[in-house]
Amino acid sequence: MPETGYLLAALLTTLVVTFVLRAAPFLVVERLRESRIVGWLGARMPVGIMVILVVYTLRGTSFTTAPHGLPEAIALVATVGLHLWRRNALLSIVGGTLLYAGLLALLG
Amino acid sequence: MPDEIHPAYPAWRAALSDTAPVGFGLVPLGLAFGVLMVQSGFAWWWTPVFSVLVYAGSLEFLMIGLVLAATPLATIAVTTFLVNFRHVFYALSFPLHVVRGPLRRTYAMYALTDETYAVVATRAPGALSGARVLWIQVLCQAYWVGGGILGALVGSLLPDVPGLDFALTALFAVLAIDAFRATRDVPAPLLAVGCAIVAQLVAPGQMLVVAMTGFVALLVGRYLLTEGRRDGGSAGGGGARPSGSGPALGDPATEGRDA
Repeated sequence: MPETGYLLAALLTTLVVTFVLRAAPFLVVERLRESRIVGWLGARMPVGIMVILVVYTLRGTSFTTAPHGLPEAIALVATVGLHLWRRNALLSIVGGTLLYAGLLALLG
Repeated sequence: MPDEIHPAYPAWRAALSDTAPVGFGLVPLGLAFGVLMVQSGFAWWWTPVFSVLVYAGSLEFLMIGLVLAATPLATIAVTTFLVNFRHVFYALSFPLHVVRGPLRRTYAMYALTDETYAVVATRAPGALSGARVLWIQVLCQAYWVGGGILGALVGSLLPDVPGLDFALTALFAVLAIDAFRATRDVPAPLLAVGCAIVAQLVAPGQMLVVAMTGFVALLVGRYLLTEGRRDGGSAGGGGARPSGSGPALGDPATEGRDA
């Protein structure tokens, strides 16, 4: 377990960087708001960033050894399917995660 | 502003119904985070410390692994910057101007997460009062911190369950679908998948940096090729303009004056 001092320093680092990222743009928001390109980018950034993070969280999956990423693929399809169908974040996240844990127990 | 038109209907009640769907996602994810924390060897009370100091769900999950690996602070700072960089775009449509007072404004900026942004920024401009915006943010943080504490306490009684970390993947997938519904722009997620896979193959150690930079660069390029030309204002400027992630923040000011 890491030392408390290091842990707090690490957490404070994330606090400062995150706050600056969230707060600093407001300083120039009036100029930014008039910008067409930033509005255009801002509308398309979130979906792409989330997709990149999905791939990032699955980067440890091995496709060459059994079960060949099958649990990840099935659980992801189930999560997306549930969310397209019911539009309920709770159901989608819990359903997908429980299915994944179950598949790991069966196939892993 | 509904809660000012009906002063008898308090802002917190309105915010409660505003945030109910997000709460259904945040509470179980907070639970999963708390469980993962104690299963990683942390005392239960570290969960609320993480959730208050980091307060960025996806980053908190990543931080567990990073601090356990004794990652240098500079690397943690860079990771935080890259994972949370998307937040710079939230200022564009988050109605901070309705929140009055330096303390409240500071909290509103601190608590500007994906979820609060999604709830607040999808409303019509002027639809929410400052009090309602703040209550939405306070409630979202309460769901997250409360779920985390519950998970950490209950999780310490549970056996180790492999696969719970998939909740993070599921959350990102859900947020991607919700973000897609807002814009319905098909090329953006396709470009992102391409960037993510290429980055993972080319630079697995710096996957997030490479993928996000590449994605923003491609978006800027696409804008200049399609929208920028249609705009008329940047005629002749497309070729001279350097592409890359820099212009995303550097260009807007000049772009805005042109338009």
